[in-house]
Amino acid sequence: MSRLTPLTKAPVAEGSPAGGGAPGPTIDPATDRPNRRKRVTTDHLVESIGSALASLAIVWLVFTVSGVSAPFGLAVAWCGVFFAVYAVVCWRAHGVLLMKDRLGTVAIWLGGLIAMVPLAGVIGYVIVKGASVALADFPHFFTSDMSQLTASAPTTAVGAGAAIVGTIEQVGIAAVLSVPLGILTATYLADSRSLFSKIVGYVVDAMTGAPAIIAGLFIYLFWVAPRQHSGKSGLAAGMALAVMMLPVVTRAAQEVVQIVPGSLREAALALGAPQWRVLLRIVLPTARAGLMTAVILGVARIAGETAPVLFNAGGNETYNWNPFSGQQDNLPFRIYQLIFQPGVNVIKDAWGVSFVLVLLILILFVMARLVGSSRPGRRLIPRFSRSQPE
Amino acid sequence: MTTVVEMPMEPQSVDEDVPIELHQSDTGADRAFRIVLVVSSAIVLAILVAVVVFLAVDGWPALRASGIKFFTGATWAPDLGRFGMLPLLVGSIAIAIVALVIALPISLATALMINEYLPPRLRPILTGIIDLLATVPSIVYGFWGLALISGLQAPWAKWLVDNFSFVPFFRTPQPGTYVNSIFACGLVCAVTIIPIITSVSRDVMSQAPRDVCEAAMGLGGTRWGMVTDVIMPFSRNGILSAALLGLGRGLGETMIVVLMLSTSNKLTLAIMGPQGLGSIAKQITQDFPTATTIDKSGLVLLGLILFVSTLVVNAIARMVVNRVGRTA
Repeated sequence: MSRLTPLTKAPVAEGSPAGGGAPGPTIDPATDRPNRRKRVTTDHLVESIGSALASLAIVWLVFTVSGVSAPFGLAVAWCGVFFAVYAVVCWRAHGVLLMKDRLGTVAIWLGGLIAMVPLAGVIGYVIVKGASVALADFPHFFTSDMSQLTASAPTTAVGAGAAIVGTIEQVGIAAVLSVPLGILTATYLADSRSLFSKIVGYVVDAMTGAPAIIAGLFIYLFWVAPRQHSGKSGLAAGMALAVMMLPVVTRAAQEVVQIVPGSLREAALALGAPQWRVLLRIVLPTARAGLMTAVILGVARIAGETAPVLFNAGGNETYNWNPFSGQQDNLPFRIYQLIFQPGVNVIKDAWGVSFVLVLLILILFVMARLVGSSRPGRRLIPRFSRSQPE
Repeated sequence: MTTVVEMPMEPQSVDEDVPIELHQSDTGADRAFRIVLVVSSAIVLAILVAVVVFLAVDGWPALRASGIKFFTGATWAPDLGRFGMLPLLVGSIAIAIVALVIALPISLATALMINEYLPPRLRPILTGIIDLLATVPSIVYGFWGLALISGLQAPWAKWLVDNFSFVPFFRTPQPGTYVNSIFACGLVCAVTIIPIITSVSRDVMSQAPRDVCEAAMGLGGTRWGMVTDVIMPFSRNGILSAALLGLGRGLGETMIVVLMLSTSNKLTLAIMGPQGLGSIAKQITQDFPTATTIDKSGLVLLGLILFVSTLVVNAIARMVVNRVGRTA
């Protein structure tokens, strides 16, 4: 019966299988192989694919008979019925425990795949809608401004150039304001255990989750409102973005600074280096790749923020290269304006600007990844020198 | 022997073991450096205080004009001098909750998939994809939601309203229309909070003791058993705090709601259609540029309330996640 018969019970001589009734633990070298657990067995494949096909057939039949035509609904119903069919199959074949395992695995993969759908969906949709607008007559959309925009203007008459300039300058101002402050604060938070540093740590966390519109409102009240009409400028928008970027940079820098090995710092301090030199010559160079990644990611995040710049940049349909005086344009701001503007082609223009914005952010994101994958302490950009001979 | 053995001149105190006084190098440069660090931290603190103070000072006139009615009133009509924030606050919370209900299971599945089910080589790629999801601007999500998702979800909303209208949520404030609703906004906001919930719960789940996980597998348990009996109990607090962080993010979501929601600021439970609950962020964004003085003040006060509520939610989340290490 059982293969787990105790050894003591049946010391049967080899070659007489029918000896004492119960089969003994005869060790046959031909069949006794270690039982390796396979990841996916044939049974497993047959059961899952079979269940998938069976449930598809059921759903298809029901939908066809009832005359409903809804591809998306069919997919959802298929998932539901598949769960039921697969549950029954696994339960009959393997019992409850393995059924739960199989269903759990399917649910987790399904959830993970669903999380990917919106990303592909949104980027694909922007490319489909916007690429033809932005890439027609290629550099034109990237260089011309919105001054030719009328209710009936063709998409080739306008461009996002002014908004690109504004976004780059405002994000640059935000980075200049927030990166040094963030790194210094992070150094302080990483080193100090005082009550003050705890409070500052909480504040940084609190600001990380603050709504974007609050940053815009604050800078409006703090900077724009007292200056009346001259207040709206690239600088004001940059300050609002800096408020958004500061906690992101601080948190990321704190994590990176804490990774720097303590022995390195201690060695420098023991050699008599003052603390500021330790920060500038040891900690920051070691953490360079991580810091750059954090800064670029932070820039990518705020480049797409609309709410902070809404009340502060002012918007400008023509080029304004000077962020310190006069209203300036901005990519997300321009999208927002275009969506609410009447006109035949205006929505197409908005998709074009969205395409430019997504393109900019994808470039920044890929840059951050490339920088992040270089090892700490190494050069960010490899020197183009001849390789050393062996 | 008269040779005088000349002793070599004793080198000055080389062998004497005089301890050197150790003290922190308190040079001027170092002191200045420490002051710089403290000042920069103080600036960060000052920004937060300034945000609260500026919002409070500018919001005060509206609060004085309407008193306690500001918090309990159900009509937002600044031109009539009536500030009642209830439909706006409830709407913001409703969007955040819808987003959370949709995003939480998906995020947990994603976190488990990345941590436990994916081959290690693929993990960085999936983490990158989730990061990218967080980097796509919210105005692009809003535009996408307005152009595509609002229409796509309408048949489903209609189906829910037709079959489950005994649940008060599954009704529409404007019979016959199912687009531009609180539900549609929540659906798109869910996409933006998936990354934060996923990354926080991944961090917590990866702290589950590896030896216990392996013991569970070694004793013949299934992988699902390991997930439900080891990882989940261990990271319960962390998941709760991840959910709260997601909720806070959903509360403050601005551009998606501004673009997608169509509202008449009515206090209602029905979330499946337009012309129902409002949203604080939407109200501020749309009315602020053209508002009169007292109207502006009311909007600023709304902003303060939104800010404080996200701060409270985040603070609770941080407190919960900080307890993880101690309980397990």
